[in-house]
Amino acid sequence: MFFFEKKNQKTSIRLGSAQWMKFFCFFLFTKRRLLFAVCCLGLLGAGEEKRSGYEDAGPQVRAMQDDDLANPAFLWVQQGAAVWGQGCAGCHGAVEGMRGVAARYPVVEGGRVLNLEQRVNQCRVERQGVAALAPEGDAMLGVTALVGLQSRGMAIAVEVEGAAAAHVARGEAFFRLRQGQLNLSCAQCHEQLAGQSLAGARIPQGHANGYPIYRLEWQGMGSLFRRLRACLVGVRAEVLARDEGLLGDLELFRAARGAGLKVETPGVRP
Amino acid sequence: MAVRPLLNVPREVRAGVAFEVRILIQHVMETGFRRDAVGMVVAQDIINRFECLVDGEEVFSATLHPAISANPYLAFSARLARSGTMVLRWVDDRGMEGEERVDIKVS
Repeated sequence: MFFFEKKNQKTSIRLGSAQWMKFFCFFLFTKRRLLFAVCCLGLLGAGEEKRSGYEDAGPQVRAMQDDDLANPAFLWVQQGAAVWGQGCAGCHGAVEGMRGVAARYPVVEGGRVLNLEQRVNQCRVERQGVAALAPEGDAMLGVTALVGLQSRGMAIAVEVEGAAAAHVARGEAFFRLRQGQLNLSCAQCHEQLAGQSLAGARIPQGHANGYPIYRLEWQGMGSLFRRLRACLVGVRAEVLARDEGLLGDLELFRAARGAGLKVETPGVRP
Repeated sequence: MAVRPLLNVPREVRAGVAFEVRILIQHVMETGFRRDAVGMVVAQDIINRFECLVDGEEVFSATLHPAISANPYLAFSARLARSGTMVLRWVDDRGMEGEERVDIKVS
């Protein structure tokens, strides 16, 4: 039983090139070995430095995200504010009260994972008695961007214990599952090869701390589902339906995996 | 729903000193070169003209062409001698017009 501590690479580009530094067998036979085992596991988790996709984007893209008046996503935020004013504000009051909500989503409720979009529509249909918003429509993207914006700068902290544990485990299994004609798993690109190049672009670690995002390739705004679908199509795998439970599990796992990263919503990506 | 552009114009400037005007307008900027799912050409729809006037006098104008990204971002410099109302207006291929007005105080 060996424990390794991964060097914390603040400036490194490649995640895969982390160096093994030292191991803690010295403590193996002390009374405190359990305590140290726990500490080392913690270090392992912390040593694997998480990089937001922001850091893998070019300087122009970062500049767009940094300036709220140059970030086109704020055009959608504006539309979201209109939606909020029409319905949500009646119960929830000012949108500033939503601070922290996006950082703890998705949540597990009634045996399934609910993301922010599903929560918005659940609220509309069950409580307000109005029609659900189209999932990839401007109103939905706007209102989720608006709510997400309230948590900007907060660390992602989703509930992974209790009922959520099984979902996280299923999500991780899916993350590590080789699939599609290319027989690739999410982990192969976004974990093992993150930081390396794919057709001129740097492969990000696949954290989703800026969604919904304004993506230059889309020339518009899109949800995390749209991004996941693009990846699944990319490896020529079966594309899951938007409300597929497994997709929710994956979304919860990716949030758990990105825990501690700051919410950047609404992000800009290439 | 008409979405107002993201506009960045200083409300107070100094006479004769250049300042920056930045505007980001929501628009599809359809190039006219794309085809839809059934193979029909999607008609061009871009903002083709943008003007900036202060008290009726042109400060900046631009004729836009295809190959400009959706939600175009325009930035230019201007210099004013006296206070006035800056009018930014644009029109697209479908005749949709947009306008923003900003009162600028010159000191």
